[in-house]
Amino acid sequence: MTVPGAWYLVLAAVLFGIGATGLLVRRNVLVMFMCIELMLNAVNLTFVTFARLLDDIGGQASVFFVLVVAAAEVVVGLAIIVAMFRRRAAATADEIHILKG
Amino acid sequence: MIQSVLFAGVGHLAQSGSGCLGPNGTSITGLCTSDNSLHMPVAYRSILPMLVLFIGALVLLLVSALLSKRSRPGLYPVLSTAVGLAALVASVWEWYDVGNRGVSTIGGQIFYDRFSVFFGVVVSVTVVLASLVSDSYLRREGLDGVEAYALILLAGTGAVLMAEAAGLIMLFLGLEIMSIALYVMAAYHRRRTESGEAGFKYFILGSFSSAIFLYGVALTYGATGSTRFQDIAGYLARNTLVHDGVLLAGMALLIVGLGFKVAAVPFHFWTPDVYQGSPTPFTGYMAALAKAAGFAGLLRTLTGALSSQQANWRPVIWLIAVLTLLIGSVMAIAQRDLKRMMAYSSISQAGYVLVGLQAGSAAGTAGSLFYLFTYAFVIVGTFAVLGLIQGPGEARNDLGAIRGLARRRPGLAMAMLVFLLAQAGVPLTSGFLAKFYVIEASVQRGQYPLAIIAMLAAAIAAFFYLRIALLMYAGEGEAAGPAPALEPAGGGAEAAGEAAGEAFVADGALTAGLQPVPSLDGATATLTWEPPPEERIAIPPAVAATLAICVVFTIAAGVSSPIIDFARHATAMI
Amino acid sequence: MTAALLAAATGSGAHLAHASAWAVFGVGAALILTGAFGVVLLRNPVHSALMLVITLIGVALEFIDESADFLAAVQIIVYAGAIVILFLFVIMFLAVDRREPAAPEPTRAQRPLAVLLGLVALAELLILSRVQHWSSGAHHVAGSLKGGEDVQKLGESIFTRYLLPFEMTAALLVIAVVAAVVLSRRHGRVAAEMSPAEQEEATLR
Repeated sequence: MTVPGAWYLVLAAVLFGIGATGLLVRRNVLVMFMCIELMLNAVNLTFVTFARLLDDIGGQASVFFVLVVAAAEVVVGLAIIVAMFRRRAAATADEIHILKG
Repeated sequence: MIQSVLFAGVGHLAQSGSGCLGPNGTSITGLCTSDNSLHMPVAYRSILPMLVLFIGALVLLLVSALLSKRSRPGLYPVLSTAVGLAALVASVWEWYDVGNRGVSTIGGQIFYDRFSVFFGVVVSVTVVLASLVSDSYLRREGLDGVEAYALILLAGTGAVLMAEAAGLIMLFLGLEIMSIALYVMAAYHRRRTESGEAGFKYFILGSFSSAIFLYGVALTYGATGSTRFQDIAGYLARNTLVHDGVLLAGMALLIVGLGFKVAAVPFHFWTPDVYQGSPTPFTGYMAALAKAAGFAGLLRTLTGALSSQQANWRPVIWLIAVLTLLIGSVMAIAQRDLKRMMAYSSISQAGYVLVGLQAGSAAGTAGSLFYLFTYAFVIVGTFAVLGLIQGPGEARNDLGAIRGLARRRPGLAMAMLVFLLAQAGVPLTSGFLAKFYVIEASVQRGQYPLAIIAMLAAAIAAFFYLRIALLMYAGEGEAAGPAPALEPAGGGAEAAGEAAGEAFVADGALTAGLQPVPSLDGATATLTWEPPPEERIAIPPAVAATLAICVVFTIAAGVSSPIIDFARHATAMI
Repeated sequence: MTAALLAAATGSGAHLAHASAWAVFGVGAALILTGAFGVVLLRNPVHSALMLVITLIGVALEFIDESADFLAAVQIIVYAGAIVILFLFVIMFLAVDRREPAAPEPTRAQRPLAVLLGLVALAELLILSRVQHWSSGAHHVAGSLKGGEDVQKLGESIFTRYLLPFEMTAALLVIAVVAAVVLSRRHGRVAAEMSPAEQEEATLR
């Protein structure tokens, strides 16, 4: 009747992989952050799929918490980014000290 | 009245019928109700320390909103300390209340057992110490305000939640509450660019690890059908998985996610930058808190829910422990910045806790708990000292800053010496016993190679701890330290080598090999640079008191047994 | 859900429903992958953010396909409605939509790490795709999905079994508020409390 769960799981794994790879190869801080959102969406898709396969509401409830956490994380993360850019703008380009590693 | 509320609230919604049972399968009367309606009884006494910390944070924010702006600068640290002490009292009360039994409460989301309470004590103590230490630093840097203390308390809330969590979802929420508060604390210093970048780096890599952890939760959920530890353990005990690939993948991702938080190699690369950039007292708090809570989560997950999979996770933890021990120790030697050095030191310290975890036995868990508890005092104390000697604006964090400390401030140098010796694992300090307990537990399980590697790592690490110690007691005239303005400060390591004598020639060579800095610059620098007149380091009373507490505790825990008994009693998980 | 509706409407039985379920899955997957590759590959952050929306819509479509209607709605409202808007706001605010802003240097170790991660993901795929039928995992531990609206089921679950996690999200929100206050404030101290040097520094910014 419906599409086998494995298809969704594979799709989610691909999405997670794209997100993780993107996080490591991109240098734009905002795009790096978006890649984390991709990863969280992959997790959500996995949860919902397992919820269907196991016929269990627990997976869907988990998605709910992931959404809340993602929202809070975005607020804090963007605030940190804005604060960092402000501080950078305060310093001249030569003074920008980038931490090693 | 309060008592009646607390007791009336104890209960559990019997949905799957598994949550109300004690460790030996006996139903505990008075703690269970078979209420199946939507009414959700909440056992407040099982989450008392967490509630105290959380409500304390809200009260702090409320007080600051009601008072006129900046009218009470010294009020917030006092309030925060009081909240921490209240949480400590609540934890101690819980310790006697819970006894040796363990129950899962509040819909099976919280474990009420001595393991939870143990971490309630650890976190409360860390909150108290951090509140006391932070005040003078924040005032010096012009950062004082209610937010710092609110964040300290909120991070503590998350840490306690992680230790109390009876399921992966609760664990994840605790992890996020703690981590997000810590990200903000890392970025707290408004004028230091490093602080902002530390916050950003911690945030991106922390969120990355959270996402990995979460994917692990999802896969574990798919493989076992639940996110609650008891259900997972029960399912794995009843069934033998034919295709356990999903469970193993989930387990691996859980280990990676929590490994990030405790800064285990190879998930450690954020640590030096974040520790270096964060405001110094917060670094100590972060090190103590994130490690304690992260390991609480690992212990709950691995030795609790996934204990039937020991054959699968113990080799993984073995490998991580070996890498963490060796890379942490070796990299610490090569550092010239005190905070970076302590960051690598904290990585190698995490290795010992992993050794205890790897044992997968009650003795190993007790050793790990003892380690985390005593380490909290040591690391908060260490960073408190660093915060004092670095001067306004965190101007000096290089090795030269600590040179001749014994002459300028003998008491401070003595405290630092105790912390260094404790981290090196010298007898008569808590660090020795902590290392001894985890290695002993490892040997009991026949892990001789791991035990030998752990001792080897301790020997390597002893080099740089003793190097700092000798620098403190080295005279000013012998060899000048590098000036803070001189960036390619190869001189720090070299001067240290000279000061330490022949024993550190090999050490210095290793430093030169690992960090190919133009040592010529350093050499000329030592010739031309003249030490500026040093201002006297002021030690605020609150910091002095904290250091005294930490020193006394570190020595007391190193010579007597109540703490390890405390840890041994706390190993009883559900 | 959509599939069921379609089947009922056309009345042509299970075969068409089967096909439509696959069609929904295919469209969703195409949206998800297009969006994900767009986020990673496009140079302009604004375009990346818009591609993120496409992925989010694709994920919501898959949610509907898996009878998680409520979550699909929440997904659109929270993610596309709030989170992406916040992203766009910050992009515009920082005016980084044209240039690639200087990020902390990705270390050399990151490239091999990315490759390693790709390999891990591939292994993951193999594991997951081999799972044909889900006999593993205990079924409906937290309650079945069947027999009732999913909103009702979800609500019951969140306010009983997941009550404490739900309440503790309050802590997250408090932290988010405190963080926004701490990080967006330029100077905590009023000018009168500052030294002249600090005042000068403040005015220069």
